[in-house]
Amino acid sequence: MSIWRSVVVAGGIVVAAIGCGGPKEGAGSAADGSAGQELKGAVNVDGSSTVFPISQALAEEFMNVTPGVNVTVAESGTGGGFKKFGRGEIDITGASRPIEPSEDEVCKKNGVEYIELPIAFDGLTVVVNPKNNWADSLTVAELKRIWEPGSKIDNWSQVRAGFPDKPLKLYGPGTDSGTFDYFCEAITGGKGKSRSDYTASEDDNVLVQGVAGDEGALGYFGIAYYEENKDKIRALKIDGGDGPVEPSPETVRSGLYKPLSRPLFLYVNAKSLEKPQVKAFVDFCLDHAEKLVSQVGYVPLPAEAYGAGKKIVAEKRTGSRFMGETAKGLKIEDILAKEK
Amino acid sequence: MSIERYRKRLTARGVKDLLFTNLCFVATLVGIFLLVVLLYSVFRDGRQRLSWEFLNSFPSRFPEKAGIKSALFGSLWVVVLTGAIAVPTGIAAAIYLEEFQRRRTWLTELIQVNISNLAGVPSIVYGLLGLAVFVRWMSLDRSVISGALTMALLILPMLITVSQEALKAVPDSYREGSLALGATQWQTIYRQVLPAALPGILTGVILSLSRALGETAPLILIGAVSFVRFVPENLGSSFTVLPIQIFNWTSQPQKGFQEAAAAGIIVLLVVLLSLNAAAIYLRHRASRHA
Repeated sequence: MSIWRSVVVAGGIVVAAIGCGGPKEGAGSAADGSAGQELKGAVNVDGSSTVFPISQALAEEFMNVTPGVNVTVAESGTGGGFKKFGRGEIDITGASRPIEPSEDEVCKKNGVEYIELPIAFDGLTVVVNPKNNWADSLTVAELKRIWEPGSKIDNWSQVRAGFPDKPLKLYGPGTDSGTFDYFCEAITGGKGKSRSDYTASEDDNVLVQGVAGDEGALGYFGIAYYEENKDKIRALKIDGGDGPVEPSPETVRSGLYKPLSRPLFLYVNAKSLEKPQVKAFVDFCLDHAEKLVSQVGYVPLPAEAYGAGKKIVAEKRTGSRFMGETAKGLKIEDILAKEK
Repeated sequence: MSIERYRKRLTARGVKDLLFTNLCFVATLVGIFLLVVLLYSVFRDGRQRLSWEFLNSFPSRFPEKAGIKSALFGSLWVVVLTGAIAVPTGIAAAIYLEEFQRRRTWLTELIQVNISNLAGVPSIVYGLLGLAVFVRWMSLDRSVISGALTMALLILPMLITVSQEALKAVPDSYREGSLALGATQWQTIYRQVLPAALPGILTGVILSLSRALGETAPLILIGAVSFVRFVPENLGSSFTVLPIQIFNWTSQPQKGFQEAAAAGIIVLLVVLLSLNAAAIYLRHRASRHA
């Protein structure tokens, strides 16, 4: 019955191939351990896909100096992350908005206490096609008229007197996105208040492609996607009442670019913090966030904010200081005031 | 019927014949053309990223350093475990339904209807099931084994149906001859029926394992993670798989990640093709022996 034998041999080869990949890694990483070589175990990070690049960078650097610890990062979205976090299934969740009262309720019900740490700033960028030579800035009121539910604006000439007669095509993230939530709160002034007849995608690269190929396009997404695609799209200045301001790391950091700047958070399960590897990772985050955050295209908080974060961790101050504040554009000063 | 009328109809029939042939040819081309375009763009973007280093490094936030090792091993772990769980179960179920329960009772009818229905259930539903049963209720956590069990459930209906068809295709004279010579039912199945049905069964096995390899949605629900810098060490390890890694890279802003994603797609294609090649080889051997 040699046919059975060849089936078994084929299976055996595959299993053997996998087998030799596994243990070698462990042996290699144990040998070159340095600072945190006695630390072991796992840290599970989940949450917003906006925060993912930051968590990924922090995890990567942390594992370079602490090879014994396995940090994994998943991206279930802000809401999906809080669901798992509230059940105590993960150690840390990234969020592109503060925790909501209903999510806080779930945490309380399951006995999950948490520590809230602002980790970076993101600026939502409103972009147009480079061939668009008429619009340089938009006011918040104009954006609101374009995006509010039921809006019938489909031509640039309706946006502002003097703009040419060109069809206006809208691009934006889908309703599951934290970016969508934040844009609605900041521009149209309500949870999920947005017109729905626009090209929506959860994948920001699709939005970039859309705006890059459409002369009359207008879209919005996180600043990191604009920074990487400056050759294909152009950002508009936003007039929040004090004149048009260009989106840039500096204007986001100084709070001039409003109301489309938003803070990003890490939420840490207080019980997980008792595990030495989680504590070490959180400390590492607060020590290195300032450098790593700007590397991945976001805007770091001032050093004082990270220092304040360390104090909060040391004192194990649990609970949210930002809950229910999604509606207004949080500025860095607001954050600092709350950290004290 | 005069000869002219016959001639005219003959030309008309000839034209129709030609039209139909060409229509079928064009239909074939549509599929192949799209595949070629896809392969071309993937190879153009991903070729220069393909290297031993790419296969042997872990994901990184630097696109040029990012590699696919954890996803490749995660995929292999999941597929091998899925196969180990689903293949024996699926074939055994098919044998039971075809060989031992040949008289249709209301019970086998019920099972049959359910299996056919399950084959059409969207994969995300299996993800929800896996999350509720394996991850939470059996508290296996977000591990390789949870993923493999869920994938096994996902491919079982297909596996059973295909194996049943293969067993059905074995002529009854084989069974009757074997039984008439005094073989037991087990001997008949093991020595005569299964080897004859093996080519068909193997095709089903490979098709369903390929599906498990490419499936993403249920594993995202189960909690396969996007960023892992280690290969699974045991059944309880966290893991990622190739499609999730590729999806994650395509949604990153940096252009380098798009290239990494293209290279990842090539790796996935190669794994799929080698699985298929193995199947063709085994099928070839099996049909020679039968």
